[in-house]
Amino acid sequence: MTSEDPQHLVEVRRRQRSRAIIMALLLGAFVALIYGITIVRMTGK
Amino acid sequence: MAKRRIEGRCDRTYMTTVTATPAALPADWRDLLALTKPRVMSLVVFTGLCGLLVAPGQVNPIIGFTAILCIALGAGAAAALNMWYEADLDAKMKRTASRPLPAGRMDRQTALHFGVGLSFFSVLLLGLASNWFAAAILAASILFYVVIYTIWLKRRTPQNIVIGGAAGAFPPVIGWAAATGDATLLPILLFVLIFLWTPPHFWALSLFVRSDYAAAGVPMLPVVSGPKVTRQQIAIYTLPMAAAAIAPWPLGLAGAVYGVAASLLSLVFVVLAGQVLANRATEPEGMKPEKRLFGYSILYLFAVFGALVLDQWILK
Repeated sequence: MTSEDPQHLVEVRRRQRSRAIIMALLLGAFVALIYGITIVRMTGK
Repeated sequence: MAKRRIEGRCDRTYMTTVTATPAALPADWRDLLALTKPRVMSLVVFTGLCGLLVAPGQVNPIIGFTAILCIALGAGAAAALNMWYEADLDAKMKRTASRPLPAGRMDRQTALHFGVGLSFFSVLLLGLASNWFAAAILAASILFYVVIYTIWLKRRTPQNIVIGGAAGAFPPVIGWAAATGDATLLPILLFVLIFLWTPPHFWALSLFVRSDYAAAGVPMLPVVSGPKVTRQQIAIYTLPMAAAAIAPWPLGLAGAVYGVAASLLSLVFVVLAGQVLANRATEPEGMKPEKRLFGYSILYLFAVFGALVLDQWILK
């Protein structure tokens, strides 16, 4: 498989897309977690 | 200067357009996940969670969840860095040849970046969410596993997993420290328990995959000293391990529920280690006692820690 191969490009795009989706979900979860931690630290509960 | 840079860029563009070089694919997320050794992580997470749950006082669920998440991420980071460094060894062993790096599904640099990034992330998050004492122990455990065990000891001495086992013994201490900000006798005993449990656990495994380690040139005890000495060493480590498991009961750190459970579970461990000691087989086909001990050792650790949590909850 070479970089010119259309099948290769499809596979690259597929992997990039799945990684981007997972990264977006993880970042969303991270923001929610940081929000929760901040509230807990501020209220001291 | 600027012209040369532009020419260089043009040359590179030309090269990539004209030559059909085999191009590396970006790593699949499943392979990144595999780098973290999720199965090993489950035991680490469980012991860390138990350390957190048996600690005195109440931990906010969000902070508790974050602490366990950080322990898991730290363990995953250490595993990724271990796979980064040991890609050549993994390629030589049947058991590990299908991992992402030896199988060629990922380049080493990706594994290195992933491992280092995850290490910093887990330590910083634990420090910010919980306390810096717990974060420092997590950082020490990652460094211990990667530098002391993987880079320094593993290829040099048959005692590699004895000393390296300390890295896997940190999670209950981290869990406890995340909840309390300190480390008292009970988490230290839990550390000692896992530390002494690691040699019988790994040597039982390395007895029946000895040829794999020999082929890769890893000086595991069965490769260097043979099955007989390894079986003796398993028995030698099992006895203090059982003592460390039962110790919280007579010391008043745990109740009778834990004491009885730990005693019975340890007794079975000692019996199985005795069967391993009595075995004379040198080929994997005849190593049923070793396989049984290896399987039981995993159950044992889960059960002992589970009994401790149950006992503490009953006491509370």
